[in-house]
Amino acid sequence: MHFSDELALDGNALAGPMAEFFAVDVTSALVTCNDCGAAAPLADQAAYVGGPGWVLRCAGCSSVLVRFVTTRDAVWLDVRGSASWKIPTAPVQRSLP
Amino acid sequence: MSVISRGFGGRGGASDPRVPPGQYVTHDFPVLSAGPTPYVDTDEWSLDLTDVDDSRSALSWTQLMAKPIEEFTVDLHCVTTWTKLGTTWRGVPVSAVLDDLDSEAEFALVHSYGGYTTNLPVEDLLDGKAWIVFEFEGEPLEPVHGGPARLLVPHLYLWKSAKWVNGIELRHDDEPGFWETLGYHEYGDPWLEQRYAGD
Repeated sequence: MHFSDELALDGNALAGPMAEFFAVDVTSALVTCNDCGAAAPLADQAAYVGGPGWVLRCAGCSSVLVRFVTTRDAVWLDVRGSASWKIPTAPVQRSLP
Repeated sequence: MSVISRGFGGRGGASDPRVPPGQYVTHDFPVLSAGPTPYVDTDEWSLDLTDVDDSRSALSWTQLMAKPIEEFTVDLHCVTTWTKLGTTWRGVPVSAVLDDLDSEAEFALVHSYGGYTTNLPVEDLLDGKAWIVFEFEGEPLEPVHGGPARLLVPHLYLWKSAKWVNGIELRHDDEPGFWETLGYHEYGDPWLEQRYAGD
């Protein structure tokens, strides 16, 4: 058995729908796979769209990183497949005491 | 923003009694997937069966082909709102696979190559309501549509018809599957528009 990834889009495909519930652009977020430990920007992961929900899979091992579904009155989000998300922010000026 | 894509074909069929509420008719066969497409040779394919007493058995491709094979024509209804009318398939009724087990199970969790799962009552798999199909319109079922074999349960939304089926886990309880754990309806009757949990 082998697998073909011909239906996968890059993670940028999730930028629009994710903007509905994240206050920041997450396409540059570094997402670490909970299965194989590989870390890559969300934009470089594999996105599967158009089905009942949206699925982001690890570009290295194809494990599910994120699933989300938009129903009539809610967004369901499952991030159990990702060990962490490192989301870049603007540098914070910290004042010394 | 709508997650639902209507871009696969023309609208229509609202007055056609074969079309459930909220659906439109497409003449294409859209390919929707939650992951990479597995390519499984029939000589390595197997259907693993697990009963409530944890007894296990497996059906090879050769054993599947030795079961009674039916040709039938049904309509398909995807929860993303497309309906495809008059599709013709060849396959083995699931009852021909499960009857030998004489199980007391009320529910089934169906497994696929690639890790997909979906749940449904056992009674929806029996009595000519579900098949393990391997041919579509006279041709071997393509991998993108679930070949070499998929489950087909045409009276429920198509996410219940697991592509690349490789296991049926019989259970006393109704364990939610891949989409049922994320807001989709546990049963999925298209005529009742059971799209989401609580519908």
